[in-house]
Amino acid sequence: MAEATASLSSAAQPAAPSFGDRMFQALTSRLVIIVPYLWLLLFFLIPFVIVFRISLSQTAIAMPPYTPVFSLQDGLAAFFDQLRELNFDNYVWLTEDPLYFNAYVSSVWIAAVSTFFALLVGYPVAYGMARAPAAWRPTLLMLVILPFWTSFLIRVYAWMGILKPEGLLNQLLLSLNVIDTPLLIMNTHTAIFIGIVYSYLPFMILPLYSALEKMDYSLIEAAQDLGCTPISAFWKITFPLSLPGVIAGCMLVFIPAVGEFVIPDLLGGSQTLMIGKTLWNEFFANRDWPVSSAVAVILLLLLIVPIMIFQFAQARAQEQGR
Amino acid sequence: MKKKLSLLSTATVIATMMAGAAFAQERVVNVYNWSDYIDESIVQDFTKETGIKVVYDVFDSNELLETKLLAGGSGYDVVVPTGNFLARQIQAGVFQKLDKSKLPNLANMWDVVSERTAKYDPGNEYSINYMWGTVGIGYNQKKVQEALGIDKIDSWDVVFNPEKLAKLADCGVYILDSPTDIIPTTFKYLGIDTESTSPEDIAKAEEALLKIRPYVRKFHSSEYINALANGDICLAIGWSGDVFQARDRAAEADQGVIVDYVIPSEGAEMWFDQLAIPADAKNIEEAHEFLNYMMKPEVAAKATNYIYFPNGNKASQAFIDKEIIDDPAIYPDEATLAKLFTVSPYDPKTQRLITRSWTKVVTGQ
Repeated sequence: MAEATASLSSAAQPAAPSFGDRMFQALTSRLVIIVPYLWLLLFFLIPFVIVFRISLSQTAIAMPPYTPVFSLQDGLAAFFDQLRELNFDNYVWLTEDPLYFNAYVSSVWIAAVSTFFALLVGYPVAYGMARAPAAWRPTLLMLVILPFWTSFLIRVYAWMGILKPEGLLNQLLLSLNVIDTPLLIMNTHTAIFIGIVYSYLPFMILPLYSALEKMDYSLIEAAQDLGCTPISAFWKITFPLSLPGVIAGCMLVFIPAVGEFVIPDLLGGSQTLMIGKTLWNEFFANRDWPVSSAVAVILLLLLIVPIMIFQFAQARAQEQGR
Repeated sequence: MKKKLSLLSTATVIATMMAGAAFAQERVVNVYNWSDYIDESIVQDFTKETGIKVVYDVFDSNELLETKLLAGGSGYDVVVPTGNFLARQIQAGVFQKLDKSKLPNLANMWDVVSERTAKYDPGNEYSINYMWGTVGIGYNQKKVQEALGIDKIDSWDVVFNPEKLAKLADCGVYILDSPTDIIPTTFKYLGIDTESTSPEDIAKAEEALLKIRPYVRKFHSSEYINALANGDICLAIGWSGDVFQARDRAAEADQGVIVDYVIPSEGAEMWFDQLAIPADAKNIEEAHEFLNYMMKPEVAAKATNYIYFPNGNKASQAFIDKEIIDDPAIYPDEATLAKLFTVSPYDPKTQRLITRSWTKVVTGQ
């Protein structure tokens, strides 16, 4: 109300210089917020609604291979008739076979282990980069990003060449007499962990680096002056301050790793059960678009709900901290 | 891979060449075929002869092709699905009937193949055969000789007898990750009707496969080509042409690896890759001309001479290289041909059952 009067009064006095500016500012600041929301709406929410809609349908031998298919030409009455055909049968189906549950659990487990090792490898690298002379840092950053210039697929294939029984790693170890029979790494869980940690490592290093680089190192000097050993200074100062980077890095590795399909397919053995492969089976082998959509929706919820709870908790903690 | 790349680049060259010469009405046909599946000069010759530009694109799995077709608006005028996929796609309304008046070269086709493809496409109304093949055993002669003491494999027993397969486990066994091929093959070994869809029979096949599972290194549908060629593994259940590709690569590399392919004496599955025109194709006239061209005896023979798969064109056999037409592993003799079986497409319920059984075999879940 106050705003309305204000704008009215300012409209009555066209001489007031601030009105146009203020309108422009309000508009641009809105626009700045609107763009990411539009992006989310266009590339996340709408596809999600389509997938969710398909997950409520039934398979059919037709184009597209499910029913009902909503068409605007059929009119409103037909639309509501078709709406009634939708149901949650596919979700019930997912609970009836332990396959899906096991696949979810095994995917989360593989992603969690990989994330842990990515952190273990990524932290020292990021720390070293952040402590390196300022002149070196751009080069070091460049080196972390460099692998992206080669196709992801080709890099995974390169790992096949390294890990296979007659591969580079085994040849090296055999010639150094470290082992006397080739290690069977290819087609095991170990190979999947290596593949995921390698592929996603830059996503772990970059947020860690940006958190560590901003850190004020006089804090550590102060801690050491006050009697902290370097190790306890690290755990009391450095690590807590880099926590936002740790969390961001872990999320960036964990989330795509849960749905990973290519690395387990190429490096892993057939016995690896992951949700990506289960989804592939439903979609391509069974041609059951509705069930595969249901699997995808559940996967999304499994990932998004913990993140939202976490963000909510973090926001609360920040408010209390103030 | 190299072949695939050069193929793609040729297609691009043709495309740009033709784009440069684009006059008023340019005639185009969009072809979507399996990777490594044509002699590229056939495509060039077709353009030279008819003036129709070919946009040639490749895929590597029936599932991928099917998804594109079912989603609609694929933009392709000629596609090459395998028989049992084709059957279901016809039912879904993916294809249009061929205008046989525009396909005079149909007279060249081989009845031995056409009567079998009619199972998927009754009356061959929607498709013509491009290539066919079998699902058999590819193996490394020397390693199998060392492990089992036999010169030649001639029975599925080597695979399905756990005691025998156990001896091959260390040097490596691959099986196609394709339940619709392997389960009927298992039926054949167990003496069950290969067309069976009963849950009990599927359970029996599952049990037989679980017994040999510990000795299988991986279920995969393409890695075995390189693995066989490099000598990384000693046995694979695979598609005939793929094993021949491995055989050729091994011979080229000349590292002492000799790969052989056998259609076991019990019989094996026979499959067919069919040329068909999607219902929503834009260049129907050109698609028919392409199909008719592919059925010319010299052209079909050229294709077979290049990729080592047998084709369904009787008249072409006069032009096929002697080493191919006389190789019973490629062109089986009458007696072997009689033992080959075909598999009908599964209804959704059976398909789900088979996929589920397969997941259990492959992952133990």
